[in-house]
Amino acid sequence: MTSQAFDIIIIGGGPGGYVAAIRAAQLKMKVALVEREHLGGICLNWGCIPTKALLRSAEVMHLIKHADSFGLSVKDVSFDIKKVVERSRKVAKQLSGGIGHLLKKNKVTVFDGEAKLLGQGSLSVSKGGKVVETLTAPHIVLATGARARVLSGFEPDGKIVWSYKEAMVPETMPKSLIVVGSGAIGMEFASFYRTLGADVTVVEAVDRILSAEDEEISAFAHKSFEKQGMKIFTKTTLKALKKAANSATLTLEHNGKTQELNAERVIMAVGIVGNVENIGLENTKAKVEKSHIVVNQWLETDEKGLYAIGDVVSAPWLAHKASHEGIICVEKIAGLKDVHPMKTKLIPGCTYCHPQVASVGLSEAKAKAAGHEIKVGRFPFMGNGKAIALGEPEGFVKTIFDAKTGELLGAHMIGAEVTEMIQGYVVAMNLETTEVDLMHTIFPHPTLSEMMHESVLDAYGKVVHF
Amino acid sequence: MAIQVLMPALSPTMTEGNLAKWHKKEGDTVSAGDVIAEIETDKATMEVEAVDEGILGKILVAEGSQGVKVNEVIAVLVGEGEKYEAGSASQKAQAAEQPKTVTAANVPDAKASAPKSLTLTPVAGNRPFASPLARRIAEQNNVDLSAIKGSGPNGRIVKADVENVKATGGKSSSAAKKSADTFSLLPDVELIPHTTMRKVIAKRLTEAKQQVPHFYLNMDIELDALLALRKQLNARDEKLKLSVNDFIIRACALALVEVPAANASWSDEGVHQYAWPDISVAVAIEGGLITPIIRAAHDKRLPTLSSEMKDLASRARAGKLKPEEFQGGTFSLSNLGMFGVKNFNAIINPPQGCILAVGAGEERPVVKNGSLAVATVMTATLSVDHRVVDGAVGAQFLGAFKKLLEDPLALVL
Repeated sequence: MTSQAFDIIIIGGGPGGYVAAIRAAQLKMKVALVEREHLGGICLNWGCIPTKALLRSAEVMHLIKHADSFGLSVKDVSFDIKKVVERSRKVAKQLSGGIGHLLKKNKVTVFDGEAKLLGQGSLSVSKGGKVVETLTAPHIVLATGARARVLSGFEPDGKIVWSYKEAMVPETMPKSLIVVGSGAIGMEFASFYRTLGADVTVVEAVDRILSAEDEEISAFAHKSFEKQGMKIFTKTTLKALKKAANSATLTLEHNGKTQELNAERVIMAVGIVGNVENIGLENTKAKVEKSHIVVNQWLETDEKGLYAIGDVVSAPWLAHKASHEGIICVEKIAGLKDVHPMKTKLIPGCTYCHPQVASVGLSEAKAKAAGHEIKVGRFPFMGNGKAIALGEPEGFVKTIFDAKTGELLGAHMIGAEVTEMIQGYVVAMNLETTEVDLMHTIFPHPTLSEMMHESVLDAYGKVVHF
Repeated sequence: MAIQVLMPALSPTMTEGNLAKWHKKEGDTVSAGDVIAEIETDKATMEVEAVDEGILGKILVAEGSQGVKVNEVIAVLVGEGEKYEAGSASQKAQAAEQPKTVTAANVPDAKASAPKSLTLTPVAGNRPFASPLARRIAEQNNVDLSAIKGSGPNGRIVKADVENVKATGGKSSSAAKKSADTFSLLPDVELIPHTTMRKVIAKRLTEAKQQVPHFYLNMDIELDALLALRKQLNARDEKLKLSVNDFIIRACALALVEVPAANASWSDEGVHQYAWPDISVAVAIEGGLITPIIRAAHDKRLPTLSSEMKDLASRARAGKLKPEEFQGGTFSLSNLGMFGVKNFNAIINPPQGCILAVGAGEERPVVKNGSLAVATVMTATLSVDHRVVDGAVGAQFLGAFKKLLEDPLALVL
């Protein structure tokens, strides 16, 4: 067995870990990265990317189904779920290979295996249960990610009850499906399967779907999904699960009344838990709270020289947040001067269901709760030329300003391509623009982005096109 | 076509200056080479010459304006029969984008360095680097942005910085009130605005006294032989008029050649050991002091050195020194003997390693061979940056300096 010394070791090759590794290499550190499964992590292999590939297939399907409204005739539309999945896997594979190349180019040494902290800046790498390497470094960054939360009694079996992973690689197209949990993951699968024709029911414990979003967005999405034929049960909890050969029956409770619901498949999307087990945390002073590692604003744990980033630390559990934390963490370690802690309020969130949802900053309710006197602007897709031309008249853009200072507190969008537009507001908020700067900004015509302008104008009673 | 006259950079480090005086009025005809204005920089007043000809259409920065940023449009020249049009915003913007069209930077001595600094210096004017939101919150709460240090990227003032000041704002305004109260116990007070020179003196000397570990060595030097020699030399040629200070400068230079370790300055990377002495000589001028430099002073015989010093001192007092005539130097000399000061400890002029403070030559009782005698004695005090020069080296230098002055024939060799 050999022992190798590095300046920094990253555990986990997901969007937090590999970005941290590359940044550290750029800063002239000798970097090791330990990954037990795939470079690119869940995001690239079993999350963000392959689901986007699936949703793209669904979107194309949706457009073809509506070809007539564009003046096109398409007959006998059908799909092969295997090929849809195959494309998704190919996309993931291509990108994962790309990460390997990037790490190699940046001279990051990648170790294939499971890392376990041994304390005092050293760790072991095991493959197949056997320790194959011992590595040491003054700085070790945990980027071990997270996995789906499992509810006792509703454990995914991979056949009838799915986690996100099985939901991503269906062998056959289920005729009916229950999605438990209406966060981003749940709604994306619900949208995908519904668009391809499955009978989809969404079950949510709290009083609205996409509960992290602004209330108006949740309400709009709810209506929109119901219009597509989705069934949605809010304030509904799971009581029991009974599995048959090719179906499951869920017992649900709503306002004290129980109801049984049968479907071919159940997707469990009830949140995540951090991967904090079997990584040797017991050999350190690092603290874990509710399955996530506790860190300060510089991503330092209570153990000197041990850091944690991404899904294994606190929410929001998003790839771009993980990457950004990786960069902050590494730049701070390198002693760079202009390093700033994460502005948590400015982390945008995107959900790629149909219609898409994107947001940044405070919701209207949270802005009020924080004591802001606010001005709210809204602009509907119906009033935008490009949206009409695209045949996407559904959705709106909502902006929330502090009435006194003109600070943009939050932006919330639902509708076509909003996930590509939100970063305009993110830049604006990061640069601390006020409504005046946004009003003075020229938005190109004809684009969907004009709605971002109009929403701001609306907040100040100057809306033009509605 | 209108031509913008921009605030020139008179030295590579200059970022702002005061517009001391306009030599032309609006409507005056200007030919290339005409002095149109005077700019007061850190330590000198420079004349701004016109490069283009035309009519001074509009003066945009008034005489007496302080802290005018380099490259700011200070005036506009127009052609014959043209009028200055107030669409100056676009003209300014154009000027900002094309610093190469600058006309007024044609001060001969600034030529070499000016183009570089012109393209590098931002033309943002006095606008603090702050986010729009920070600006608005500051405005709403009467917070002075220029007093805030930004914590954002590249020092940008962000909302949080203004809010911090707001939070502690009560304190600072009460402090201001308190100091106002303090003044109320004093006689009537007049606030004299700082000149650029005063600011530079304050900044550099505070830095020096806080950051340079000073120590001091002093030595008494008998001047009788020197005074006799000076009398003889001056008697030979009426025009010569060598001063005691000329001898002291030369003695300094020769002593530094003998003890080169004292001709050095500190930097984090290493000690800069200079090949020859360039002596900065402090000259009191109105509103402060300035240190014109006798370059390669060891190579200059007394008559040359003396006339050069007289020329530098008179131009220093007139505020007409060129930047390279007072910027640099490897060793400083400050002589307050003419004011009757017996001895004093000078503050080092960074990055130099030493400064020699010279007091008055006066008759003092001395003990020679066991009996009391009278001699003309002056006390020289060397302030030393201990990071560069140790006690023994400083003492060697002072010893060499003393020997040269007490046996002054070596100075005329």
